[in-house]
Amino acid sequence: MKKVKAAIIGSGNIGTDLLFKARRSEWIDPVWLVGIDEASDGLARARQLGVKVTHAGVDGLLPHVDGDGVRIAFDATSAYVHAENARKLQAKGVRMIDLTPAAIGPYCIPPVNLQAHYDSREMNLNMVSCGGQATVPMVYAVSRVQEVEYGEIVATVASRSVGPGTRKNIDEFTRTTAAAVEKVGGARRGKAIIIINPAEPPLIMRDTIHCRTTEAPRQAEIEESVRRMITEVQRYVPGYKLKNGPVFDGHRVTTFVEVEGLGDYLPKYAGNLDIMTAAALRTAEMFAERMVKEGRS
Amino acid sequence: MSAITGKEVVLHDMTLRDGMHPKRHQMTLEQMVSVATGLDEAGVPLIEVTHGDGMGGASVNYGFPLHSDEEYLRAVVPRLKRSRVSALLLPGIGTVDDLALAVDCGVSTVRVATHCTEADVSEQHIASARKRGLDTVGFLMMAHMTPPEALATQAKLMESYGANCVYITDSAGYMLPDDVEVRIDAVRAALRPETEIGFHGHHNLAMGIANSLRAIERGARRIDGSAAGLGAGAGNTPLEVLVAVLERMGASHGVDLNRIMDVAEDLVVPMMDHPVRIDRDALVLGYAGVYSSFLLFAKRASERYGVSSRDILVEMGRQKTVGGQEDMIEDVALDLARRARGA
Repeated sequence: MKKVKAAIIGSGNIGTDLLFKARRSEWIDPVWLVGIDEASDGLARARQLGVKVTHAGVDGLLPHVDGDGVRIAFDATSAYVHAENARKLQAKGVRMIDLTPAAIGPYCIPPVNLQAHYDSREMNLNMVSCGGQATVPMVYAVSRVQEVEYGEIVATVASRSVGPGTRKNIDEFTRTTAAAVEKVGGARRGKAIIIINPAEPPLIMRDTIHCRTTEAPRQAEIEESVRRMITEVQRYVPGYKLKNGPVFDGHRVTTFVEVEGLGDYLPKYAGNLDIMTAAALRTAEMFAERMVKEGRS
Repeated sequence: MSAITGKEVVLHDMTLRDGMHPKRHQMTLEQMVSVATGLDEAGVPLIEVTHGDGMGGASVNYGFPLHSDEEYLRAVVPRLKRSRVSALLLPGIGTVDDLALAVDCGVSTVRVATHCTEADVSEQHIASARKRGLDTVGFLMMAHMTPPEALATQAKLMESYGANCVYITDSAGYMLPDDVEVRIDAVRAALRPETEIGFHGHHNLAMGIANSLRAIERGARRIDGSAAGLGAGAGNTPLEVLVAVLERMGASHGVDLNRIMDVAEDLVVPMMDHPVRIDRDALVLGYAGVYSSFLLFAKRASERYGVSSRDILVEMGRQKTVGGQEDMIEDVALDLARRARGA
């Protein structure tokens, strides 16, 4: 089966992990890794794997987009450069999967709204944040049963898994994630909290998801819905696990999840980064599958 | 003569912020205003007012307050004649929007708090506060969890973002005077001479006063305390006691001893929902080095799930939790309850 050619922009942790995952994909062929630092470990790994690389940023890729048939690009750079990258690549008809907090396009949380985006043929999808990927499915698991008047998530991540970009603009994490809890999770109001823990050995990403339902929670239905959603996420993140809950306390419904990564390029504790790359790949695969079937690859 | 005779100390009151923890963030506006005006009349130069977990702390995770940060600040700030007001902000919980709101409400000081090894998440907030011309303080929490040299590196980061004062914060009430001394010395040596150093203590091992004195001796200028010790865990350094001791030792602090005693006794003690003291759980916090605000959460989880609050807190320490991980308490209690059932 013919695969769809893709480029990964950003040769840091996320971009490199994504490269490792994409190489196993049935639908995606990652042909380019784009960086800005010639000496980066990511570019070195890509060269070893026979993947084309440039350290001239997206401008180093543009002349090859048509010749190499690149149809999908993952952007794992930063919010500041994503707008420019997206403008240049979309002009060439390349579909963007945005892993930065730029959020030019709509939020995509695969088990919740990937199908809807697929139907609307959206050209630029934003993957929200690691906390969003890990928690919004759980908010939605409650809100598809009954109205959630308030959703709040607490994401706790290992210090080693938080890169300089997130650290420089941690407000972006809290704002974007809270917005996704509302817009995708379906809570009428959302709040997000992130805690960075430096313990050694590093802790596995853990998330607490609190929902406050408008009416008394329908416990059996919520339990069932949460179980189904866990299975759904596990299809692309096998280490996604319900640790405790759902706990029912008045109108509060709380679930505790743990996210262990696959350990491709990043260590297993960095489930927060893994769930981003896995969700982005799953999103790309869905579009690639259609491209192949419609003969547009 | 004592080692601190003649030293100038700036006392920063925590009753209306850290004191929100034992009040489950349910202080009334009247209580806030009465305590704040009492502190003002006593000559306390700085008073912190916000949710116990800082601006934006209103949440399921930390508790919803009786009033918003804005309502508290707008009630208190205009009533003060001399005292200035500070707001606390924990990046990851609050954002620069909250900071802007605090400025609009008239605060003079913003304190940006991170775990002692994660100072680099405070860059945007410290820089923003400094740009607005505020007295800008970096607040390194759980400072016992990192060695002095590493702490000094983090303090330097905060200074480089624009903090004119950096705090060594004993959030767990774990430190002994020698722990304070090595940390103040390392931070003092790393920072520019004009950058102030502060110390924030908790009284879980009854070291609030002793640690504060050692901090002053080693060069800290700002010291936190709270009237009658109202604060998380066994409370903060009791301010009226600290004032009495500073008086005896000849340090300069500008607070009227009788008036601060009256604030503690007549206003704050009657407000307490339970005696803020070194009970068994608070002692465990201090002994095991666990975040003081976990205290009431552990007691509530203990009641709900029938496991001992001491076991919960010890487990929180064993898992090296940091400030803000209140959500782990219910999770740990559920695990302990399951283990007890033999499942």
